[in-house]
Amino acid sequence: MLEAVGSGLYGLVAGFTNLHWSNPIMIVVGLFLLYLGIKKDFEPLLLVPIGFGCILVNIPLAGLMEEGGFLKIIYDAGVITELFPLLIFVGIGAMTDFGPLLENPKIFLLGAAGQFGIFLTLALALVLGFTKLEAVSIGIIGACDGPTAIYVTSKYAPHLLGAVSVAAYSYMSLVPVFQPPIMKLLTSKKERMINMGAVRKSASKTTKIVFPLIVTVIGGLIAPKGLPLLGTIMLGNLMKECGAVSRLTKASENEIANIVTLLLGISIGATMDGKVFLTPQTLIILALGFLAICLDTACGVLFGKLMNVLTGGKINPLIGAAGISAYPMSARVVQKEGQKYNPKNYLLMHAMGANTGGQVGSVMAAAVMLSILKGMGII
Amino acid sequence: MDNWTFGVTMIVVGMGGTLLTLLILSLLMSVLKKVFPYKKEVEKAN
Repeated sequence: MLEAVGSGLYGLVAGFTNLHWSNPIMIVVGLFLLYLGIKKDFEPLLLVPIGFGCILVNIPLAGLMEEGGFLKIIYDAGVITELFPLLIFVGIGAMTDFGPLLENPKIFLLGAAGQFGIFLTLALALVLGFTKLEAVSIGIIGACDGPTAIYVTSKYAPHLLGAVSVAAYSYMSLVPVFQPPIMKLLTSKKERMINMGAVRKSASKTTKIVFPLIVTVIGGLIAPKGLPLLGTIMLGNLMKECGAVSRLTKASENEIANIVTLLLGISIGATMDGKVFLTPQTLIILALGFLAICLDTACGVLFGKLMNVLTGGKINPLIGAAGISAYPMSARVVQKEGQKYNPKNYLLMHAMGANTGGQVGSVMAAAVMLSILKGMGII
Repeated sequence: MDNWTFGVTMIVVGMGGTLLTLLILSLLMSVLKKVFPYKKEVEKAN
């Protein structure tokens, strides 16, 4: 009898006795992510489920990420299969207006320059001793695009998924903090004051409908390995622009995106088990991710300066900073910074063009990267 | 393949490939706008 009572009591304290030293630390990390999401409004849609998932997975003996555990089932169904990031991309496509980009197509190039940090960071990760596929996954944090980072990492370096995803989403939300100093450092006051004038509406409805089809076919032919990413974002955009399937468009940008965001967030959080997450490697990944996004901003601004010279002073280099994929935060940052130096400046729509270019650019960069890997026989 | 070759290839072909692809797409977008020009009246009717 006493033995049975003892065993029963042990069952109630087993959770405490099985705590690994890393679990309480990760619970605090989860709480911090919740704080950032709830109190600071940093990407709350993702940081809240990620933070909670992190807490759940660090409570021992619950077996949530073991075979049959509910988080493991969600993770296997949507992250391992890459379904969640792709479904989110349909929603992103349905929410994105490529109009400002179509008004001034040459701004598309800023969306390419805004991805250069990915490749530079990849090289640095190799120097620091990461394997080729790990370096690719770390570099992709620079895409400043959560679903793309998750898609690539879950496929080629799933053990880094927690660190890469947390870095991607946290830094995305910190764009208003770290972009302005870089923009200021790399541009002169005269450049920051350049007025680009108003954006004229010049893209027809037909152009907007044909655009996603062209991007899908041409982009897919150039980089077939990235077609799932490119195809889903462009499907969402086609549905939005054609106007014939408004129910599907609304479902993609609301119900589907919301449900998938919840499931994706909680399953990403579930990869943050202290025993595998709390390593020096994670800190290096977080540092490299930050560097990648800073380099993206710098490359975008420098390319903006080049375009300014080539167009005879018609491009405000600040819009280059919006060539990353953090939509629409970085466009808003550009608008705010531009108005600081010239209150009559209205850069928002130009920056939105660069920002949507950055969205396509980040997907294209990932697609190009995967296709090169395939070409070299690494994947 | 050693890391050095891999890194340089990724930088050159990756950055070049991304830039080239977006350049092609921007040129196609300019062509698209010429083929399907914006007409104020038609847009209003829609």
